[in-house]
Amino acid sequence: MLTYAARRTLQAIPILLFLSVLLFLLIRLTPGGPLAQAERNPNVTAEQLAALRARLGLDQPLPVQYARWLGGVLLGDLGDSIKFRRPVAEMIAERIPATLLLVGAGFLLTLAIAIPAGVLSAARPYSPFDYAVTTLTFVGQSVPVYWLGLLLILVFYVTLQNPWTGGPLFPAGGMSSVSGAGGPLDVLWHLALPVAALSLGWAAWYSRFLRASMRDVLNEDYIRAARAKGLRERAVHYKHALRNALLPLVTLMALDLPTVFSGALFVETIFSWPGMGRLFWDAARGRDYPVLLAVVMVNAVLIVACNLLADLLYGVLDPRVRYD
Amino acid sequence: MTELAGPGPALPLLEPLATAHAPETLGALVWRRFRRHRLALASLAALGGLILAALLAPLSPYSPTGQKPAEAFRPPSAAHWFGTDELGRDVFTRILYGGRISLLVGLCSTLLALALGVLVGALAGYYGGWLDNGLMRLTDAFLSFPTTFVLILLSALLRDLPFLALRSSVAVVAVVIGLLAWMWPARLVRGLFLTLRERDFVSASRALGAGDGRIIFRHILPNCLGPILVNGTLEMAFAIITESGLSYLGFGVQPPTPSWGNILASAQTHVFRAPWLAVFPGLMIFITVMAINYIGDGLRDALDPYTVRA
Repeated sequence: MLTYAARRTLQAIPILLFLSVLLFLLIRLTPGGPLAQAERNPNVTAEQLAALRARLGLDQPLPVQYARWLGGVLLGDLGDSIKFRRPVAEMIAERIPATLLLVGAGFLLTLAIAIPAGVLSAARPYSPFDYAVTTLTFVGQSVPVYWLGLLLILVFYVTLQNPWTGGPLFPAGGMSSVSGAGGPLDVLWHLALPVAALSLGWAAWYSRFLRASMRDVLNEDYIRAARAKGLRERAVHYKHALRNALLPLVTLMALDLPTVFSGALFVETIFSWPGMGRLFWDAARGRDYPVLLAVVMVNAVLIVACNLLADLLYGVLDPRVRYD
Repeated sequence: MTELAGPGPALPLLEPLATAHAPETLGALVWRRFRRHRLALASLAALGGLILAALLAPLSPYSPTGQKPAEAFRPPSAAHWFGTDELGRDVFTRILYGGRISLLVGLCSTLLALALGVLVGALAGYYGGWLDNGLMRLTDAFLSFPTTFVLILLSALLRDLPFLALRSSVAVVAVVIGLLAWMWPARLVRGLFLTLRERDFVSASRALGAGDGRIIFRHILPNCLGPILVNGTLEMAFAIITESGLSYLGFGVQPPTPSWGNILASAQTHVFRAPWLAVFPGLMIFITVMAINYIGDGLRDALDPYTVRA
């Protein structure tokens, strides 16, 4: 398994290099490149511009620039933000916990909805409950994350009031109250709407997948054996069938990760959640290319790493799988 | 078979068989089976109505871009069905014009993604070997990109690049989405080609002297049309949601050209004064995407020879 992990890691490297070369070149091809803002500034003289270019290494040939950037990245230096004049690595490190909290909470909520919905609708196929779940999954998959976020704000922030304090029922932005009285409960209160917006479509997709997976597993012989020895249906479904039905979901989770991070980007933008997505959006509006490049690469590394993790996890969960 | 049905002393048992059933064309068969999926049929009608309304947008008495500040923030009424926005523009009219853009971008990027995906998948699946290996590595690479992040970066970059004359933000969005959505059809088509290329009809046409191009496009590809069509509906749903999302974030279709996403973008600022701004554009995206998903579901059932239930 170690050799397998090593080989997969080696295979991931060309993917990441390819993405970085592509984006690096495109960024350098834009007029002015990273110095576009400075070039348009009438107060910056030609000499200053040339000095700046030399200091940032932009007068070197492109391959040299790329090699320098890559060398820096390997040592943990992702460059400096043009707008904030701070190391990008530092800025991203500040933002990652918020994104992981959002995505992690969203993942738990998704499983909490999708597992019962998928198991119950597979247990009684073509029942009214099954039809209701199927319809809801179509709805959930068709609702755009950003619209759902706006609707949640409309209902729980604008319309509904908290009967005790008179304020809005849930906050529509930020991660904690301005007063700072906060604590974990305050963060949870702020987390409610963003997580709900992130999880609905996600849960819809997983319940649909889990229903199909459960239906497959329930046809297998060992399920008949479990029923024949007199186990109750609950035990058959939740203990025997669910374990195997969840296996393909592990692969799905990894494949879905780009979608999840995209969803988080929208949610963070709408709810001013101080994560990587929000950082990226702010940087994109100011064309802060070092930040943009770094955030894309960090996300790509996370996705590739999680894919690898999912494949290895699959082997641990399912002893039938052999790595060769 | 026709000579059996002709006059004369034909076999009496065969005659009714040959005349009573004109062979049903594939299209008629698919349509007959598609009609049984009531939700898909209703979705087809809804989508048709939406496209028609978008085409008839110039019939509206209001301009989609002309500003009338005195009329700002009117709630929905008989004069303004979906109310007016912060610049006094009729939201219903803007949604109709926005629908043209959103549906057009959805269609164009779907076609681009399908064309790229079919090409990559067909080459990889048909030739196999190192070409298959290389193309599939590329597909895997694109699949592990953080899609929306790359989309935002690309659409920002493409607008800044001087030598690409993509002045129109609509074209930029359509191209960028197409470039990041071809991987699913590529994988699908590759899989289909891998099995189909081993079939006897392929050997037969090769024996008759058909070249690779002819076998790929005239013989194998037509057998893949069903799954490609179903995949196309998924692509279209993805493209419409993505276009609106990009426009919502400010990196898609640029104002004053309306699109469902950028109409929604101004809604958040005015959510207290004008909640209707947040409701209607999103509802249009939702209805369209849902209709396309149901049509895809109906097509899947209609095209699947193994479906027994209606």
